[in-house]
Amino acid sequence: MTVWHVILLATAATLALKLAGHLVPASFLERERPARIADLLTVALLAALIAVQTLAVGQTLVVDARVPALVVAAALYAVRTPFIVVVAAAALVAAGIRYVA
Amino acid sequence: MPGPDVDASIRGARRDGIAVGLATAAYGISFGALSVASGLDVWQTCFLSLVMFTGGSQFALVGVIGAGGVAAGGSAIAAAALLGVRNVVYGMRMRPVVGEHGLAHRIAAAWLTIDESTAVALAQANERAARVGFWVTGLAIFIGWNLTTLAGALIGDALGDTRAYGLDAAAAAAFLGLLWPRLKRVQAGATAVLAAVVATVATPVLTPGLPVLVAAAVALVVGWFDLFRRREAAR
Repeated sequence: MTVWHVILLATAATLALKLAGHLVPASFLERERPARIADLLTVALLAALIAVQTLAVGQTLVVDARVPALVVAAALYAVRTPFIVVVAAAALVAAGIRYVA
Repeated sequence: MPGPDVDASIRGARRDGIAVGLATAAYGISFGALSVASGLDVWQTCFLSLVMFTGGSQFALVGVIGAGGVAAGGSAIAAAALLGVRNVVYGMRMRPVVGEHGLAHRIAAAWLTIDESTAVALAQANERAARVGFWVTGLAIFIGWNLTTLAGALIGDALGDTRAYGLDAAAAAAFLGLLWPRLKRVQAGATAVLAAVVATVATPVLTPGLPVLVAAAVALVVGWFDLFRRREAAR
């Protein structure tokens, strides 16, 4: 599998899902339980991605400059700082710690 | 004939759409830079923003590839698809809003069905304002998101060694930014914490990419049994 294969398959899947909502006459997801699971699925995946992106290097768990960067990001979101500013601040914190270390 | 109230609400919807569009377009810079940092080239990065056009799935795809390379391709596809499941729900809610005007119209509407276009449409007071809100938001973000993705990808390309610039930490901060507005309810917060713990514990034992998918099971269990609701109701 090349990167292009991954991109094309993932794009086909996400586009099919978008079309499904508009084209398939299904009332399945309008019921409470499936809608709730779809909602929580987003939350669970994003949280898992944060954990892996912050703590994993391959299959090893490492606490490094990414952890304080994420803490700073959380503090900034808590005071309603715009997304792009927070992302840049997190990069700066990690880069600064690595530069000093 | 639309009355003065309807005219005002349509102008309001247009304003909302453009404001949300401009704010969201800024994310594209970080997506473009992170995507290139994960090993995708500028073309691949722009293709994702043009055709996939759903931020959460795009960030997830490049995040998993960045961590596990092409070997984690299967997990990257699954993570992107699972994050796209909510668009099915959005599509069903937007279907009566966008109206029935043939296949091309429906495909365009499906393409632009994302968190923001749905949210703006649902926030409007009447049907016509909802339709205007949906299309203006979707189009504004589509244009802005693709332009800033290209800019971000070119910047990331020029930076070279991205780890020194802390772009790996920026990726985590970007995911947190996508998650933050969804954490208002106790149930969502509990799901997030459990999923993060599961992914962390699974990291040393599973190949890169899989821990994220295993954590999705948390959503299935919490959602199916509707756990963590009582404390919320007690408030």
